[in-house]
Amino acid sequence: MGILEVKGVNKRFGGLQALGDVNLSVAENSVHAIIGPNGAGKSTLLNCLVGMLIPDSGSVTFQGESVLGRNPHEINQMGISRVFQTPEIFGDLSVIENVMIPCFAKRDGAFELNAWGAVRGQADIRDTAEQILIDVNMQDKRHINAASLSRGDKRRLEMAMCLVQQPKLLLLDEPTAGMARADTNNTIDLLKEIHDSRDITMAIIEHDMHVVFSLAERITVLAQGSPLVEETPENIKGHPKVREAYLGEAQV
Amino acid sequence: MFGLDKKDTGLLLIVAALVAFAPILLNPFPENSALAQFNAGYPDLMQRFVIFGIFAIGFNILFGLTGYLSFGHAAFLGVGSYAGVWMLKLLTINVIPAIIMSTLVAGLFSILIGYISLRRSGIYFSILTLAFAQMSFALAASVLTPITGGETGLQTGLNDPRIFPEFLGGGATSGGNIPAPELFGLEMRASYELSVGGWLWTFNAGYYVCAIIMLVAFYVAIRIFRSPFGMMLRAVKSNQRRLNYTGLNTKPYMLACFVISGMYAGLAGGLMVSMDPLAGAERMQWTASGEVVLMTILGGVGTLIGPVLGAGMIKYFENIFSKINDNLLHQWFAFMPDGLEDFMVAVIHPFIGKGWHLTLGLLFMLVVIFLPGGLVEGGQRIGGLFKRKKKNTTTDTQSTAAN
Repeated sequence: MGILEVKGVNKRFGGLQALGDVNLSVAENSVHAIIGPNGAGKSTLLNCLVGMLIPDSGSVTFQGESVLGRNPHEINQMGISRVFQTPEIFGDLSVIENVMIPCFAKRDGAFELNAWGAVRGQADIRDTAEQILIDVNMQDKRHINAASLSRGDKRRLEMAMCLVQQPKLLLLDEPTAGMARADTNNTIDLLKEIHDSRDITMAIIEHDMHVVFSLAERITVLAQGSPLVEETPENIKGHPKVREAYLGEAQV
Repeated sequence: MFGLDKKDTGLLLIVAALVAFAPILLNPFPENSALAQFNAGYPDLMQRFVIFGIFAIGFNILFGLTGYLSFGHAAFLGVGSYAGVWMLKLLTINVIPAIIMSTLVAGLFSILIGYISLRRSGIYFSILTLAFAQMSFALAASVLTPITGGETGLQTGLNDPRIFPEFLGGGATSGGNIPAPELFGLEMRASYELSVGGWLWTFNAGYYVCAIIMLVAFYVAIRIFRSPFGMMLRAVKSNQRRLNYTGLNTKPYMLACFVISGMYAGLAGGLMVSMDPLAGAERMQWTASGEVVLMTILGGVGTLIGPVLGAGMIKYFENIFSKINDNLLHQWFAFMPDGLEDFMVAVIHPFIGKGWHLTLGLLFMLVVIFLPGGLVEGGQRIGGLFKRKKKNTTTDTQSTAAN
């Protein structure tokens, strides 16, 4: 029994079957990659996991509890954090504030009317936030407005915002999309380090096979909304069905 | 000091000093000079400065922090006013229950409107609040006449019951006159006039009551801006989606913010009727809601001091520019040859008197185009110029010293 269990999930958008009977089991403390050609339903699947979309049928359980029908903030409070394909950060706020907000969410829950105490009086929150910025090597940028960061830094900041909450499951939607090779390698190292040093289960959607094969312990291949194979990286490379899915698309 | 950092304490003290000495500062011209027209240091106008300052500070907590543009804030001001007058009529002529009650009633009313309006964001939120405010205005002017006095408005009268006539020093009908609102025996309209040289300064009791409450409101606003709650509200403005996926429920944050903002408006309404115990439905009209939007944008959205400056600016224009008439212009340009004099008067005529809206509109356009950050940004730019100049001179002296 994995930490995350997806069973028989279906999702239609009008006439398009985005997800058809998807089954997925992510083992605790593993790195699980979900790959597949464009339009395979990878992001739709992720959206169903965090409460952005509600599947038409099927079940999604996290640590034995259903996540379906819950609001995004409730799912996050259960221990699932998500890094988006395009970095979702608080552009108008400084880097350190960006990281402090998830700390407050972790400490105080979904709502706390603390309108009187000053932010700068919250020493524990600030310490945690400073520490995570050191971990992702952004401590010298902490007073910069987040909107003026480079794209790579925005991604690292978003990852820091997720990590500072010490989630049990981290969902990454193409964490290296649009990155230069050096940045990609840095991200791989960062994710490896996170996985080794903390007990975080990761589910990664990725196009870059270099990233997938450097990190993943299990790989699920999605095609046209359904899982084709679930295998270890060694076995997936020469798998005939996988070749067919990718090459078949290439021939079109 | 007061749990604020150095900069905010400084700001609070500056505002406190300005407010305390406003009767002197706003009367820079001697009483009999031609420019006495521009003096703003009379009680009625000064009261309006600080009351609308409170209104705008509260509006800015909502609009400045979260970016939710409410177009119905005047409804809370109106509801607060009615609640205040009813307290003056039923309970006592002392203003304290009126001020407290108007804040509370406006708070309750904003829970209702906020709960419904906050289901939408952006333009739909604005339209919903506008609809509610117009509905309140229409109801107050017609159906609810027994409560609101309809189009004539609600005011204190001779036959009001006032169940606590002697409560807290509040008087019953005194000597056949309608009693004036007061605070423990001190009438709000009581003034002390001080004449120094050609200047005449009026220190009004009501103004100082409003001023003290405004300073408290300003202080509370600073605390909110600097608190974790304030940070969450700025995060709502920046990226509401991320906030949801970070485990925070934006709904109660928004509702709390909306209610706080509505209570500020109710407080302003309560103070208005405490100074002049008359509340009319037109106070809730959409133009009144629009005015507070203008004040906030003119002063500087999301800044602490901006809304107060904006409120002062608009009320100054409304009261001073609207009073300038053609006769006065002829006096001013009397030194010119007749033809030129008439020409100048004709040129300026559209901008004064009833045309003050035109002047204000032009000013508003200039500010929005050239100073998107409002008057505060203007101040910062001027401050920046001086700083740069200073820096240049210091580097100059350093380089001379090096030579």
